[in-house]
Amino acid sequence: MKTIIKLLLVLAFSMLSWPVSAALRVFACEPEWAALAQELAGDRVSVYSATTAMQDADRIEARPSLIARVRSADLLICTGSQMEIGWLPLLLTQSGNGRIQPGSPGYFEASRFVAKLEVPSVVDRSLGDIHPAGNPHIHTDPRNIAKVAEALTQRLAQIDPENADAYRARGKSFLERWRSAIEKWERQAAPLKGMPIVEHHRAFVYLVAWLGLKEVGTLEPIPGIPPTPSHLAGLVEAMRRQPAKAIVYSTYNDPKAAAFLSERTKIPAVMLPYSVGGTDKAKDLYGFFDDLIGRLLGVVK
Amino acid sequence: MNRPRLMAFAVAAALGLSNSAFAVSDQELKDLREQVRQMKLEYEKRIEALERRLQQAEQAAGKAEAAAGKAQETAVQAAVQASSRPVAENALNPGVSLVLNSVYANLSRDPRGFRIDGFVPTMGEIGPPVRGLSLGESELVFAANIDPYFRGTLIASVSPDTNGAEIEEGYIQTLSLSNGFTIKAGRFFSGVGYLNQMHAHAWNFADAPLANKVFLGDRLAEDGVQFRWIAPTDLYVDVGLELGRGRKFPGGPDGGRNKNGFGSGVLFAHIGGDIGTGTAWQAGISYLSTSPRDRRFDDPDSTGTNVTNSYNGRSRLWALDGILKWAPNRNPTTTNFKLQGEYFRRREDGDLTYDTLAQSLGTQTGAFASRQSGWYLQGVYQFVRRWRAGYRYDRLNAGTTELGLVASGALAAADFPILSAYNPTRHTVMADWSPSEFSRIRLQFARDKSRLGATDNQVLLQYIMSLGAHGADKF
Repeated sequence: MKTIIKLLLVLAFSMLSWPVSAALRVFACEPEWAALAQELAGDRVSVYSATTAMQDADRIEARPSLIARVRSADLLICTGSQMEIGWLPLLLTQSGNGRIQPGSPGYFEASRFVAKLEVPSVVDRSLGDIHPAGNPHIHTDPRNIAKVAEALTQRLAQIDPENADAYRARGKSFLERWRSAIEKWERQAAPLKGMPIVEHHRAFVYLVAWLGLKEVGTLEPIPGIPPTPSHLAGLVEAMRRQPAKAIVYSTYNDPKAAAFLSERTKIPAVMLPYSVGGTDKAKDLYGFFDDLIGRLLGVVK
Repeated sequence: MNRPRLMAFAVAAALGLSNSAFAVSDQELKDLREQVRQMKLEYEKRIEALERRLQQAEQAAGKAEAAAGKAQETAVQAAVQASSRPVAENALNPGVSLVLNSVYANLSRDPRGFRIDGFVPTMGEIGPPVRGLSLGESELVFAANIDPYFRGTLIASVSPDTNGAEIEEGYIQTLSLSNGFTIKAGRFFSGVGYLNQMHAHAWNFADAPLANKVFLGDRLAEDGVQFRWIAPTDLYVDVGLELGRGRKFPGGPDGGRNKNGFGSGVLFAHIGGDIGTGTAWQAGISYLSTSPRDRRFDDPDSTGTNVTNSYNGRSRLWALDGILKWAPNRNPTTTNFKLQGEYFRRREDGDLTYDTLAQSLGTQTGAFASRQSGWYLQGVYQFVRRWRAGYRYDRLNAGTTELGLVASGALAAADFPILSAYNPTRHTVMADWSPSEFSRIRLQFARDKSRLGATDNQVLLQYIMSLGAHGADKF
């Protein structure tokens, strides 16, 4: 018993003397916010992303390595709107870190700074895995990224006041570049206006709204419920009457359903990166939108 | 009248007539002109008025447009605000969720005679469910942040039969201590082992491993306080200490010890991390120390009388646990695999009093010493979306149990049949189907050799469904 206590104490003290890096430790729930934090703060932050574009952020496990990262984080950047409801609350309560609890400056919810689409008027699980605060996949509209960038710049300046001016300058320069990039994307995407598409999950609702695409169906019968044969058969029928231009699925979706529908309807299935890191080209936020639009234009041409 | 006169008259008449006609038309023309002029003036006035009104209308429209623009802007702002309103846990009400479960059991042996031979009975509910259809315990969960400093949780389980409601967990925990520290106080699932902290609805099999049944009385939930610290490293390391009353087995009789201070203590440490892009692991070691007083159990002695025996002494339990989870790209939606195992080793030294109520051969007390162990290993594989299959192997080693009363010849080993040297084993296979993350239907088959010389073939068909606030299950 005594030896155990001694051992624990030795372990505890060796941990306390762990080197602490000067950079602000940022824990991002999703890769797009990790990329944004990197754009806005550069070397002043060390960023860790809890998820990748290959994962469904709705279904993540609160595994030990995530608890360890939250424990030491100075700033937590998550989407919110119940996107992370199945795992973030557990990370927060397990972490023993008061700086990043909801309400404190270290807790940043990106979706609070944009207007959400698809806010349901009826909240009932029989309608599938719905989000009472609206569709949380806000990052597929670059104008939302700009809004979040503004808010995040202020937040960075707040929690790291010494470097506040540097964050503001970087934020300003990013927004300038970002706005001209949005203009470029909007020009490029002009041929996509009105293009009818079928989505796997309603993960690109904000992209659809931004570019004026027309979503004419989803592979999931209702959100979060995997495609069923009868639903797919119905879609095949609907596509025969009014064909879509593309069947869109994301990096974390099982491609089988999209392939099935594509084969039966001869409508091309297009895999879109869900976020930064989803494809080779989507190395950063700019690459992510370049690739999203590039892949959709590839169908039109 | 002659013809030329007639003609002249006619001409004159015609001329005269026409003459008078010309005179009238001049006057009328004037009138007409005047009328037209007035009409023109009037219309000009009207048009002017209309133009003015149009202009005014246009101005008004412009204003309206501007106002509409502003309104739209305000509406957008309002929408941003409205849609950004945190919808956390029903605004200020605690998050409420309910877990419902029900089971159909087909058992080849009578569940009322269930015992795990070779081990001191825990007097807990460790047996299989009753035969046929039965409603399981419904779980009711309330949880919310109390203020920036504390979070509160209450989990009640409502038993369908006479037992009524029981508080499974009811605790507060700190949120803002920082530096990795968390303190929990109240009643909570102890951090000993791995499965003990998981709620039954998150188990991968319908029942607990045999080792959890004999060493922890199915589950150890202590009234006490827990201190936990997480190291500031990227590798997950935590250490913890629990001090409790010794409320139930193995601490003491139900209701706990009548003692100031603490009746049981637990120390635990975990380490965990990631391997590659798909695997996560965690390993733990824990130690439970308690001194049971008057821990009673019933056992039929050699005369066939069901006597009550009582243990006083020390009980120390070591547990090792390990868990490995794999999913391609850490996306468990379609396929994933989970491997889990625990090993327990218990040492008890003290006195055993035979027949405390003097119902049979008279109350006698002798030394008691036992060294026992047990383990289980299980794997669960989700081979396609919604479908999982799993296998679990349980084994207990009765080890050595030295009874002073038997060594001295006062009583025979046959007076303590449940303490005979027997190593129970069990094989369990299960398959479950989860249409969504909130519902699960499971079929389980077990070949249970807990009872000496009797194999129980158990078929369980079970549903577990949760509703209400979205729960979050531990790793």
